[in-house]
Amino acid sequence: MASGIRIKAKLSGDQAEVKTLMKHDMETGTRKDTKTGETVPAHYITEAKAELNGKLVMTANWGPAVSKNPYFAFNIKGAKAGDTLKISWVDNKGETASEETTLS
Amino acid sequence: MHNTRRLFLKGAAAAAALMALPRALLAWPDKAFKANSRDDAMQALFGTTDSSESSAVMLNAPDIAENGRVVPISVSSTLEGVTSISILVEQNPSPLAASFDLGPGAVPEVSTRLKMGKTSNVIAVVKADGKLHTAQKEVKVTIGGCGG
Repeated sequence: MASGIRIKAKLSGDQAEVKTLMKHDMETGTRKDTKTGETVPAHYITEAKAELNGKLVMTANWGPAVSKNPYFAFNIKGAKAGDTLKISWVDNKGETASEETTLS
Repeated sequence: MHNTRRLFLKGAAAAAALMALPRALLAWPDKAFKANSRDDAMQALFGTTDSSESSAVMLNAPDIAENGRVVPISVSSTLEGVTSISILVEQNPSPLAASFDLGPGAVPEVSTRLKMGKTSNVIAVVKADGKLHTAQKEVKVTIGGCGG
């Protein structure tokens, strides 16, 4: 998908178990490009948010030490089928992406 | 004279509004992420280094990470009133790796994958009811993950 965000949400009782994978290089800014010898500039997601029906439930503040293509799993209480879950992120360059899914 | 008073009151109201901003709208904790030591990172993030180890904070991390670029870490807590979960990798150039702010409905449990430059203590800091509770574990790293 265009956003590069994959969401897997499973309802278990009144909890939603959410696993998400976001496509992103998460460059630390200390790595040298092996071909050019140039230092690859820092480029990483600084903030990822999870919203349930438009209400913010989780904010992840990240630094460059989060692995490439960040994996993030968490649970939300009080979720039910039909709820909308939105995952979005912004990075240090101001780029953004978001993805929505309906819980079922 | 009245104008100055009005201006002052307006300024005070604006300042009060700024203080009341929900955590979500506050800026990314830049100073904490750039801090070079565990204590500096905690001081920048929480305004204190006062914390106590707690068995109510569970940190799951491998004993040995074969690939320092991708180390799976999970933190959960049985404490009530958890508002944030942070993870530090003590020997990383900048120890603070991630900090999660929990909103209403979030269960105090997070899993993610971090880069570790070398063998280091991984520290989980859970903020609950204004107090800091920690758990730590040494993770051995055979191949470092900082791209050096």
